[in-house]
Amino acid sequence: MKIDIVIAGVGGQGIVSIATTIGFAAIESGLFLKQSEVHGMSQRGGDVSSNLRLSDKEIFSDLIPKGTADMIISVEPMESLRYLPMLSPKGWLITNTKPFVNIPNYPEIEKLIAEIKKLPRNIAIDADKIAEDLGSPKSANMVILGAASPFINMPFEKLENAVKSIFARKGEDVIEVNMKCIRAGREFSQKNI
Amino acid sequence: MQKQLLMGDEAIAQGAIDAGLSGIYAYPGTPSTEISEYIHASKEAKEKGIKACWAVNEKTAVEEALGMSYAGKRTMACMKHVGLNVAADPFINSSITGANGGFIVVSADDPSMHSSQNEQDSRFFGKFAMIPILEPTDQQEAYDMVHYGYDLSEKYNIPVLLRITTRLAHSRAGVKRKASRDQNEGSLPKNLRQFVLLPAIARKQYKYLLNKQAGFETESENSEFNKYFDAKDKSLGIIACGITFNYLMENFPDREVPYPVLKLSQYPLPKKYIKKIFSECKEILVLEDGYPMVEEMLKDFLEKSIKVKGRLDGTLPRDGELNPNIVAISLGKPDTKGQDIPSIVVGRPPSLCAGCSHIDSFLALNSALEEYSKGRVFSDIGCYTLSALPPYESINSCVDMGASITMAKGAADSGIIPTIGVIGDSTFTHSGMTGLLDCVIAKSPVTIFILDNSTTAMTGGQPSAAFGRIEKIVKGLGVEENHIKILKPLKKYHEENVNIIKEELAYNGVSVIIPQRECIQTLNKRMREKFKK
Repeated sequence: MKIDIVIAGVGGQGIVSIATTIGFAAIESGLFLKQSEVHGMSQRGGDVSSNLRLSDKEIFSDLIPKGTADMIISVEPMESLRYLPMLSPKGWLITNTKPFVNIPNYPEIEKLIAEIKKLPRNIAIDADKIAEDLGSPKSANMVILGAASPFINMPFEKLENAVKSIFARKGEDVIEVNMKCIRAGREFSQKNI
Repeated sequence: MQKQLLMGDEAIAQGAIDAGLSGIYAYPGTPSTEISEYIHASKEAKEKGIKACWAVNEKTAVEEALGMSYAGKRTMACMKHVGLNVAADPFINSSITGANGGFIVVSADDPSMHSSQNEQDSRFFGKFAMIPILEPTDQQEAYDMVHYGYDLSEKYNIPVLLRITTRLAHSRAGVKRKASRDQNEGSLPKNLRQFVLLPAIARKQYKYLLNKQAGFETESENSEFNKYFDAKDKSLGIIACGITFNYLMENFPDREVPYPVLKLSQYPLPKKYIKKIFSECKEILVLEDGYPMVEEMLKDFLEKSIKVKGRLDGTLPRDGELNPNIVAISLGKPDTKGQDIPSIVVGRPPSLCAGCSHIDSFLALNSALEEYSKGRVFSDIGCYTLSALPPYESINSCVDMGASITMAKGAADSGIIPTIGVIGDSTFTHSGMTGLLDCVIAKSPVTIFILDNSTTAMTGGQPSAAFGRIEKIVKGLGVEENHIKILKPLKKYHEENVNIIKEELAYNGVSVIIPQRECIQTLNKRMREKFKK
């Protein structure tokens, strides 16, 4: 068993929290893991990505070979498309539809969504809105993670437990709202597959 | 012991804590910063009394570490590859003095220049200094090599270079820790003249260094980190340095490479393995991230003997980071690729944060410079380098730490008057002060901006050595008091700031303008922490 995931977004959007949660669940499940991140200059509002690799066998490369990623998880719609060369023809693209506009030539969002919808396996979710409706606008990342969860070959409880552990020191309320977010994302995907 | 999920940088830091480190010295620089940050934040390091110090620059870091080694304790100095240029003087000379307590210098290279101005390969510096170099393949080796490196350093009384690259520095994997060992008691060098590099002594010390070389080679040959995997197909032999071994293995899912492979993670080159692979294989492919150092060493200039393939003959790209796909192509395997990026996707370069004080500083500078011809603003290394990009397009240079002030002086000497230097607060204390003194002595017609956001921002907000000291330093260096101007870089003061800048640009001597406003990132972080309490 192996799962190779590209996580995408814009510097400052906190894509690391998604990687950390899946990573925690993977370690708890006794899997091997490698997770490569971007630090430094690109973090200042530029495009950032993380390669997350899970396997029941030893993993060698920190980087996923192109065209073999099982999934792209993106917290931003245009960024989700930037990594298509990484995605396997059978791979899933799971993305937030809420654009992060910090450049003057940002394309029309409808056209981006149309590109995303062209893919045979895609989930496009307005994670910001769902997180806001659930009372935690900052938890959009957890909605996205939930939306990706049906395609991550790992018991959902493992991801739930990871959320509980990671947010443990922030108190019950924070855990509760993040659990709601991850479940809402999962439900969305299950309805829209 | 259960595995711990650590970045390569963190694995080195934890390795050092567990291997009996007494002090770590560093100036922040991507991708090396997290080594020191981990130790600064470590409760365990605190309990063990480990000194964690941000130095003013890499040179002072290596010298302070060398002082700790002199006193018999285990020490580490960390920097990015270009930081090793700054520290080159003490680094090279420390191989002549030798070490007393275990001394490891970590240099983190940045092939593909993710966050750097070049992709120089620190292994050349190690070779230049004639000291052992360790180049980990993965996070576990990065951890293990610190223990091993201290043993090696103390066995031969020699500094050891640990070379990593961005990919390993910033990638996490499970790491198994070793039992923790005690710090050294501390003891003076047996010979109190060991560190006195007077020519007569230096000549002796240099001979010691030369005499140690055979030992270093034997260590490489016996090292657990250098491994020879024999195989039947001798049409090719592969030498895979450091992390490239992983890219090679990735191309053989059953982990069986049909060709002999030398996994190379310790230098000087292990001669017995090199001889074996050369005598048995028809061609040699060298995989290395960074410069083609090993390839160059093995290549016979006229290529009369065996064919060596790699970055120099086009089998691999001459520049940039390697990856599994590039290695696949070099092995004649099919490349894999998904769909192309749709043409609708546009670039998203990094930019100054919304609310950043630099924005207001550059807008004011741009306005003040409207009446002058273009091309007279020299800048430096930091977040503010992003002002080279639209919409600001304010600066005309970014070369190395401190070069803003000195290049502005040189250009002014050649007749461009006035010139402007733009440098950050932390970069100023790193390498800007000496250049400013040059300007003062020459009474150069330069206007120097010291952008004071009170932190080392680009690398994540480490403390700035300049904090609260800039004005005093500038005065102390001899800049006239009435030409030192403090600005508040805010939109509402734009006109006022532009006027002050114009006045100083018109002054035929050294002016220093200090726009002062805290980095928006550290301010937010501080507010969040305050709010939490």
